[in-house]
Amino acid sequence: MKELSLNILDIVQNSIRAKANEISVEIIESVVSDIYRIIIKDNGTGIPEEIIKNVTDPFVTTRTKRRMGLGLPLLKYHAELTGGSLKIESETGKGTKIRADFSNSHIDRQPLGDISGVLLIHMASDPGIDFTYIHKTDDGEYRFSAKETMEYLEIETLNDRNLLDLIGNMIDENLIKIEASGIDFKELNRDAI
Amino acid sequence: MSKITSLADLKKKREEMKTGLDLRVKAINPENVVQVKVAMATCGIASGAKTVMEFFLEQLERRNVAAIVTQTGCMGYCYAEPTIEVKLPGADPVVFGFVDLKRADQIIEKYIKTGELVDGIIPVNYQTIDLKE
Repeated sequence: MKELSLNILDIVQNSIRAKANEISVEIIESVVSDIYRIIIKDNGTGIPEEIIKNVTDPFVTTRTKRRMGLGLPLLKYHAELTGGSLKIESETGKGTKIRADFSNSHIDRQPLGDISGVLLIHMASDPGIDFTYIHKTDDGEYRFSAKETMEYLEIETLNDRNLLDLIGNMIDENLIKIEASGIDFKELNRDAI
Repeated sequence: MSKITSLADLKKKREEMKTGLDLRVKAINPENVVQVKVAMATCGIASGAKTVMEFFLEQLERRNVAAIVTQTGCMGYCYAEPTIEVKLPGADPVVFGFVDLKRADQIIEKYIKTGELVDGIIPVNYQTIDLKE
């Protein structure tokens, strides 16, 4: 996978298979602090305790038919390539939180890629799930919530194709506005992130 | 197109472009429409399933084909990703492998529109090693 958005797509698929109906993806990107952090949270069935210890082993999975899972091992591999790490917290019946830390400036840190496209695919094919996307940079923050958008537009689902195209456009425009410049305007403190 | 940066802009633009085709309405009776399932596990995503899914979502609507496009997990044909399953109304599902945009276009134009089979079908009698006696 050449883009982090594809890793995110893969992990979100795990959340969907875990019957989550609230999924949030948060990206914290700081040139000043040299951090690129991805946090994916869901309220799905969670990962059983006996599996969580070895969940980044490609041959450990909750699946019963094809006993191999590469999503989390790949994300861990990509994070560790940059000197970063992967952390997983999960509670059965409550949900899972996955945090991947990358070094932002590392040459092996992949680009984010088409994150709005990833969100649109999920909203088109899983209209019952409340997706939240938060992106923070040194220069600002953008937050998108499928639920809030539906409430604002007074609609019940977001699966109208033309509407989804408009939403993709809105997300892209807002991400351009907060694109990290690398200039320490606010003298950001590393601890603040 | 003018820039859309807020929910207010989105609402205004939506009013201007209001359109009828809503998957929710079609989903009321999914047996009467074409169903396309794109395998979106790690193997599929790494092989280009996202692009294939975007193609079907956009092109089926653009070509006025009543269809539900959804995603599924790994179907066990990792060697042939991206894979998709197409179910025409009243017919058995057919799984296609190695689906790039050219093959996706053929699947829409030939199989979905006319029922003509195209290359890349994964035989229904295929069994994974686990299932073999």
